[in-house]
Amino acid sequence: MENSKHFDDLGQIRSIMERSTKFLSLSAWAAILAGVYALIGAFFAYRLIYFAPVVRYRAMTESLFSPEVLPLFFDAIIVLALAVGTTVWLSYRKARKAGQKLWTPAAIRVLVNFSIPLVTGGLFTLVLYMNGYFSLIVASTLIFYGLALLNAGNFTFSDIRKLGMIEILIGFAAALFPGKGLLFWALGFGVLHIVYGIIMYWKYER
Amino acid sequence: MKEVLQNLDKAFENNIRLAIMSALMVNDYLDFNALKDLLNPFNITDGNLASHIKHLENANYIRVEKSFVGRKPNTKYYATTQGRQAFEQHLAALEKLLKGI
Repeated sequence: MENSKHFDDLGQIRSIMERSTKFLSLSAWAAILAGVYALIGAFFAYRLIYFAPVVRYRAMTESLFSPEVLPLFFDAIIVLALAVGTTVWLSYRKARKAGQKLWTPAAIRVLVNFSIPLVTGGLFTLVLYMNGYFSLIVASTLIFYGLALLNAGNFTFSDIRKLGMIEILIGFAAALFPGKGLLFWALGFGVLHIVYGIIMYWKYER
Repeated sequence: MKEVLQNLDKAFENNIRLAIMSALMVNDYLDFNALKDLLNPFNITDGNLASHIKHLENANYIRVEKSFVGRKPNTKYYATTQGRQAFEQHLAALEKLLKGI
C-alpha cells in the first residue's frame, strides 16, 4: 500500500519537472493553419510575380519599396500576422482547456529562444534585400526560421527540432536553386507545417 | 528495508513539498505565482503554499530572494545545494524501495 504512494510520487515528480520546463500548450492545429495561410500567400505571390504587367525583378532593383513590390510585402506580412495570431489564440485555448496559464516561465523561455535567431534572420534578410541579393532571400528566411525552431525545441515538444532541421535543409536547397525560390518557400512554410501539424495532432492531441 | 526507509526524507513526505522541490530542481528559480500555477492540480491556497515553502526554507533546502519589480514585491525561490542533494537521495531511496518489491 505504501509502495503505490511512492509510485505516484515518482509519477508526480516527473510530470512537474516536465511541465515546469517545457511549454506544452503549443497547438498542432496552429501549425496546420499556418501552413494553409502560407500556401494561400504563396499562391497570391505567384500570381503577383508571374502574371504581372512589369518585370518585378527590375522594379525591385530600382527602389526599395516601389509600388510593384509593395503588394508582395503586404502579402508576406498578412501571412505572418495570421500565423502568429492563430498560434497564440489556439495555444491559449489549449492551455485553458488543460487548466493552465499560457504565460508561464516555460512559455517565456520558448519565446525568447525562438525570437533571437528569428529576429536576427529577419534583419539579415532585410540587409540582403537592400543590397540586391534577391536570390538568397528565400534561403535566408528558411534557414534562420529552422535555426529558431531548433533552438526553441529545447523548451517545448522536441519534435519541433526535427521540423527545424528540415527547414534548414530546404533553405540550403533554395540557395542552390535560386530560380525556384517561391516553390521552396511554399514547401518549407506551407506543406511542411501542414505535415508537421498533422503528425503532432496524431501524436499528442488525438 | 529499514535502511532504505531511513533514507526517505521526512521533508518530502508531503506531496506538495515534493512537488515544489521537483520544480525547483529543473529551474534556475521560480517565483511564487509560477509555483502556484504549477501546483494548480493540488488546489492549494496561498497560505498553505507559503507554509510549505517556509518548511523547506527552514530545512535549508530552498533559498529565498526578495526583490522589487517597480513597486511590486517579487520573491524568487532557488533550490540550495543541500536541497538538491537531499532530493536526489530521496529519489534514489524511492527507486530502491520500488525495485525491492
